[in-house]
Amino acid sequence: MAAPRIIVVGGGLAGLAAVIKIAEAGGTVDLFSIVPVKRSHSVCAQGGINAAKNLKGEGDTPALHFDDTIYGGDFLANQTPVKAMCEAAPAIIDLLDRMGVPFNRTPEGLLDFRRFGGTLFNRTAFAGATTGQQLLYALDEQVRRYEAEGKVKKYEGWEFLSAVLDSKGQARGITALDLRTMELRSFAADAIILATGGIGAIFGKSTNSVVCTGSAQSAIFQQGAYYANGELVQVHPTAIPGEDKLRLMSESARGEGGRVWVPRTPGDKRPFKQIPEAERFYFLEEWYPKYGNLVPRDVATRAIFKVVYEEGLGIDGQPMVYLDLSHIDRATLDRKLGGILEIYEKFVGDDPHEVPMKIFPGMHYTMGGLWVDFNQMTNIPGIFAAGECEYQYHGANRLGANSLVSCIYGGFVAGPNALAYAKSLPAAEGDASHAAELARQAEINAQLLNNNGNENPFRLWRELGATMTEHATVIRYNKGLKKADEKIVELLERYKNVNLADRSQWANTSFAFSRQLYNMLELARTITLGAMARDESRGAHYKPDFPDRNDEKFLKTTKASFTGAPEGPRLEYEEVDTQFIKPRPRSYTATK
Amino acid sequence: MATKTVQFEIKRQASPDAPAVWESFELEWRPGMNVISAMMEIAANPVTADGHATTPITYDSNCLEEICGSCAMRINGKARMACSALVDNLEQPIKVEPLTKFPLVRDLQVDRHVLFDNLMAVKAWVPVDGTYDLGAGPRVFPQQQEANYPLSNCISCTCCMEVCPQFNEDTGFVGAATIAQVKLFNNHPTGQVFKEDRLRALAGDGGIQECGFAQNCVEACPKQLPLTEAISDINRDVLVQKAKDFLRG
Repeated sequence: MAAPRIIVVGGGLAGLAAVIKIAEAGGTVDLFSIVPVKRSHSVCAQGGINAAKNLKGEGDTPALHFDDTIYGGDFLANQTPVKAMCEAAPAIIDLLDRMGVPFNRTPEGLLDFRRFGGTLFNRTAFAGATTGQQLLYALDEQVRRYEAEGKVKKYEGWEFLSAVLDSKGQARGITALDLRTMELRSFAADAIILATGGIGAIFGKSTNSVVCTGSAQSAIFQQGAYYANGELVQVHPTAIPGEDKLRLMSESARGEGGRVWVPRTPGDKRPFKQIPEAERFYFLEEWYPKYGNLVPRDVATRAIFKVVYEEGLGIDGQPMVYLDLSHIDRATLDRKLGGILEIYEKFVGDDPHEVPMKIFPGMHYTMGGLWVDFNQMTNIPGIFAAGECEYQYHGANRLGANSLVSCIYGGFVAGPNALAYAKSLPAAEGDASHAAELARQAEINAQLLNNNGNENPFRLWRELGATMTEHATVIRYNKGLKKADEKIVELLERYKNVNLADRSQWANTSFAFSRQLYNMLELARTITLGAMARDESRGAHYKPDFPDRNDEKFLKTTKASFTGAPEGPRLEYEEVDTQFIKPRPRSYTATK
Repeated sequence: MATKTVQFEIKRQASPDAPAVWESFELEWRPGMNVISAMMEIAANPVTADGHATTPITYDSNCLEEICGSCAMRINGKARMACSALVDNLEQPIKVEPLTKFPLVRDLQVDRHVLFDNLMAVKAWVPVDGTYDLGAGPRVFPQQQEANYPLSNCISCTCCMEVCPQFNEDTGFVGAATIAQVKLFNNHPTGQVFKEDRLRALAGDGGIQECGFAQNCVEACPKQLPLTEAISDINRDVLVQKAKDFLRG
């Protein structure tokens, strides 16, 4: 039989990890990415990557990493894959080290580790404060090596539009759009891996990159894939509000000793230096003496909201708190946090060596995503998913520095499984529905280009972002979620009147964006409706009207499926695998 | 009170063979505004300063944190990243043009693929035996890590190539970014297995000899890579390699 053909969509850490495994096993890969893969969103990860290497003599083990991850995720993650990830993590760090990642070192020349949120161990390996960049480059370089050997063909500047499913509902390829020539084409494959990242754009402004729209996930959700735990969205406690985006200020700033505080007096107008220690409210340290500034992100984010909105203690009455590094010496900061401090200075104009940074929470990560089995395959035979676009590793809240390891591990699992699946797949009958799927996509394109309505897609997007940020992030009320869902339905209706200011067939970004926007709108409903149905508080999902975790009813994975009906996706629930660690109450006020 | 506004002049070109035209835009000033947020604003309201309807501007961007290297363009004549170009620090009208040394796609979007080809030509990778568990990597002392780390911060933005007088079709010069990566991988304990191949790749036409030491690269680099130092180090290594190859016949 012919050699199996695998398509990987997305060239961030998860996608590249999958490509490397497939190429190494002798397979060939067509790699699709909107941007040159070296510019993927993984590049933005800053602080580090977790693995229980125990190089600091603290007695850290993969079992403890596993427990921290499950506990941090408020027991919503299936335990079997998380356990396997934590056990694989130390060897992943070694591999990255061998690939040349310039990790920070100890005087003896060994890997240095720092502390991150939700753990009491120094478990995070790091390369300055640009760890994601360095990891992405290392994998990008390995993929370039396979590209030189002819095992990988890159389609950079192509956007995934849909899967091609045969009459049995099995994946047989994809359709994609050349973002330059606007050519629509279908590509044959025996298995597909989606590694298309997060969905930040649904919230308008987030810490995510421009390409993180969730469009690909939504497209296959609309083709029958389950979308799991859509309501679980992480808001990072420390972001720098901006006009175009919310820029991340890494958790490593706190890992290296950064302290979060506000003046104890509301509206205190004094410059920070004139506010004596006793008049500073280090609220995380006071409220969470054991973990202090390194409580998990959901806990820190809610604490900042409380201080700002309930106690009225935001700096100058604004929604901002201090993240202070100015007590740490310059050389240490430069060695361990250089990249991010430079970014703060460039974008804000203040030098964080001297002045505390002003930060506020921002939408950051999607714990939810495409439902996959333990082999990383979605419920559509032949479509696999890895990285942030799937739901598997982080439960109801992700711990800092666990994303990079979950991306690489997920890719390492998905790659070989996709290859094995492809090898056992019987040959396609006829054209396996390629022509029909191409025709369906061509029709969507034609409709969009010929539409004569009066709605600007970018303005619709802003409205979506505003409503999602207001109602579906840190604090959720069913009333607000309902309003948000009604707003999405309204936007879906108005979308029918989208009028492209640009109808050309060459590098037409409005056209590509409008296609993404439709998918964002459809996917957004899994968030609002999933959140509405989950009447409890768990991890990042917090409802003041239901302040407690309710294991009896909601220790379950939400699985949304697309219906096309006005009432939105259908929700069903699946038991969570809790076979190794019995769920227990989660509280960071003391040691767990 | 009249609203404070910001003036932009943006060079537009619908396709590689279409004529280039300048369009003016007047936008409401907002605190923290940068060139990208201005273009987002134009997309939401594509109207020129004199009230003509136009199209949203095509440009590359992704992370908006000056780490992905996408949004390099010429802003007030200077090659730089648009995301970190804060409006308050720029003289108006703010003139925005595409990079000039790369094939134009549309408006501010150009094709910079040549850099990735160059990285392939010099084998800019560490040839690991495999991804299976082979234990820890080689020991690296902090001093060595601190020397290599800045080189690994290159974001492939190509600003160094844009500003280089020698980077053009006549010379076929690879440019500073690629040379810096050769230094990075030649410094790596495992990466140096290809050291000679990389130096030979830089020895011929379009190689390091094309550098005219204008030193524009190091000034333009948004990540402050020690580019001129890398060029002089690699230049020396290339000469030594050439001599060795000559003696070996």
